[in-house]
Amino acid sequence: MKDLTPQAQAPAPRTWVRFTPLERALRSIFYLICIAAVVWSLRTIEVIPEFLHDAPEQTADLFRRMWPFDWGFYPEAIHHALIETFHIATLGTLLALIMAVPLSFLAARNFTPQPILNAIAQFIFVSSRSVNSLIWALLFVAIFGPGALAGVMSIAFRSIGFVGKIFSEALEEVSRGPVEALTAAGAPRSMIIVKGYWPQAEPAFWSVALLRWDINIRESAVLGLVGAGGIGVALDAALNNLYWDQVGLILAVIFVVVMLTEVVTSAIRGRIIH
Amino acid sequence: MPVLRDISLDIGSQGLTAVIGPSGTGKSTLIRCINRLVEPSSGEIWFEGRDLTQLKGLALRQARARIGMVFQEYNLVERLTVIENVLCGTLSRVSPWRAFMRRFPQPMVNRAFELIEAVGLDEGFARRRADQLSGGQRQRVGIARALMQSPGLVLADEPTSSLDPKTSVEVMDLMARLAAGQGVPIIVNIHNVELARRYAHRIIGMSKGEVVFDGAPEQLTDADLRTIYGGEDWLG
Amino acid sequence: MSAQPALKMAPHQAFVPNWGARLAWAALAVYVIYATGTLEISLERVWRGLDNAGRFLGRMFPPNTEADKLELIRSGIVESLQIAVLATVIGVMLSLPLGLAAARNLSTPTLSWAARALIAVLRSFHPVIVAILFVKAVGFGALAGVLALIVSTLGFVGKLFAEVVEEMNPKQVEAVRATGAGFLNVLIMGVMPQVFARFIGLSVYQFDSNLRNSTMVGIVGGGGIGAPLFTAYQRFDYDVVFTILIIIIALILLCEVFSAQVRKVFQ
Repeated sequence: MKDLTPQAQAPAPRTWVRFTPLERALRSIFYLICIAAVVWSLRTIEVIPEFLHDAPEQTADLFRRMWPFDWGFYPEAIHHALIETFHIATLGTLLALIMAVPLSFLAARNFTPQPILNAIAQFIFVSSRSVNSLIWALLFVAIFGPGALAGVMSIAFRSIGFVGKIFSEALEEVSRGPVEALTAAGAPRSMIIVKGYWPQAEPAFWSVALLRWDINIRESAVLGLVGAGGIGVALDAALNNLYWDQVGLILAVIFVVVMLTEVVTSAIRGRIIH
Repeated sequence: MPVLRDISLDIGSQGLTAVIGPSGTGKSTLIRCINRLVEPSSGEIWFEGRDLTQLKGLALRQARARIGMVFQEYNLVERLTVIENVLCGTLSRVSPWRAFMRRFPQPMVNRAFELIEAVGLDEGFARRRADQLSGGQRQRVGIARALMQSPGLVLADEPTSSLDPKTSVEVMDLMARLAAGQGVPIIVNIHNVELARRYAHRIIGMSKGEVVFDGAPEQLTDADLRTIYGGEDWLG
Repeated sequence: MSAQPALKMAPHQAFVPNWGARLAWAALAVYVIYATGTLEISLERVWRGLDNAGRFLGRMFPPNTEADKLELIRSGIVESLQIAVLATVIGVMLSLPLGLAAARNLSTPTLSWAARALIAVLRSFHPVIVAILFVKAVGFGALAGVLALIVSTLGFVGKLFAEVVEEMNPKQVEAVRATGAGFLNVLIMGVMPQVFARFIGLSVYQFDSNLRNSTMVGIVGGGGIGAPLFTAYQRFDYDVVFTILIIIIALILLCEVFSAQVRKVFQ
């Protein structure tokens, strides 16, 4: 017979902690890495106190020189440059889409089951993304000479990685059903793509195309700083000559264009996502 | 168009009161006015010696702490574990720092574990994420969370509407038993008349925003139901 | 009596030509022709360029691995990494309250309007332009680069984080509020669990982006590898340029792996 002690047994206190020891260790390691990185960065980055001290004065001076804008500057230099910027962004995006789509199919593991081909395509995407559009512009200016052609190529080559990564992921998320049905029915590969993969991946395609176009408008505006055409050229000239009132005008114009583009893309995105 | 009209009720400090009526008749609004999740446009609500409609800020929060609530869609924080959800019931008494570090006082943790077992979930559930539970299990956690507040009143807004019939009975049974065991009154908003009859001490029938029946379940006749719900067909 | 057919069916076309789409494609083609014309891009220029490209690539190979060059590159890359780290950590810490303030379901109408306006302004300028302005304000060097990238972080993470908060499930938050919890506790137990994982995802993405941008703010004086890169470029030392590019790509690849791990930890 079990001996039940007369006094009430208090329940053993049950402790609860939020994370398992492993989780806690991993999170702590991450935070430690962050703190170490910050400390290391702060120590070796030169901050010249005099410059910092000067900063408010310099900033105020900057704005004083920018305003009022040199309104007269607009018609000759800026208008044409803006149009050129727009064309660079649009053509560049289109070219990127054309190049990225086949590469995305190559990278999608469900469509192309060969790991080597996947890896090559992914590597192309990573390289495209890692090199900044400004650096691409340097390269293409060396190849094609200064001008809008270099700009278009820079935008295109930079955007391949962005579009490719997202679109290939969309392809990989396609459900197998329609694809299997078409394969079973003996459809040729091209038909499987057009009727099996494409309809499902299409929304992602338009979404990323729109998004990248929006970003590319911003990017195209600065490529001219290294000679690749667009409004950046005017900006570069104004900066070199220290015509801050022109700089101010150009920046304001860029701001307006970017806002407009964003409004337009949001509206289109709203319509597409019924 | 006012949702509620001329409501004047006195809910006793014991037992389970069921509010029944068709959809859109204001049952949910009535319940939610009590803890001010919905703002009443006029009138008074007296609870533990204070008019809830006049409270603001800290006083309102303290009053809410005394009122536990169980929701139709459970409203658990999905990404938190069961025990974290139950411990949400203590948030009116715990500092943000403790909540952030998840260092709740041990007595509260103990009580949370007790409540988890009391609602019929075994200890292994404590560390499971809420979004891994079934509907019935989630509602049990919801009940535990409400009771964790050691409330003076529990409100339940259609607690069984998202559950299958069997689980509905289990949940109603659990609520009625636990509340009676702790001496806490419950006001339940429910559309299943049978469940209301079975578990309530008092039934309030509403139609078009007004109270049209108020009495014991035994007194609820078919004629009353017709007044409340209108139409003959559903009575079978 | 002749039997009348129960149904009379006109010959159907299985696929009606989508005139809207066809028009759009045609318009696109016209645009491309027009735009390439305006930009004076001719096949001939492209061809000449490709010819040039061959020579250009030839001068890039093999990558230059002389010790003194490597040392210069090393310090530049390290500085770019530091710029990215500081900009991301500081920027992300500031974006958390900014995003919360901009979320219309959490904050007051005036505050959220102000926060959204601020985010919109911060987003509209390319990091290079912001870097140019900061160089004027605080002088050449990494500080200008860090400040410029903090601005771009605030714009990106602030905007997307506000969207995440606006998409959260309000019922979960309501339930926590109904327990009598104060604002901070509602935030900690009701809002943050829903949005924190996405916030980390955004921060990690932004670190990648900042690392990429930090490699080029140097071109305008903002520190990092951009300056050595530009110098080598202007001197036609394309093999050095190539070395730098390889190292940049490798660095970013590494960081992408690191980022994936971080995301898993905070799942």
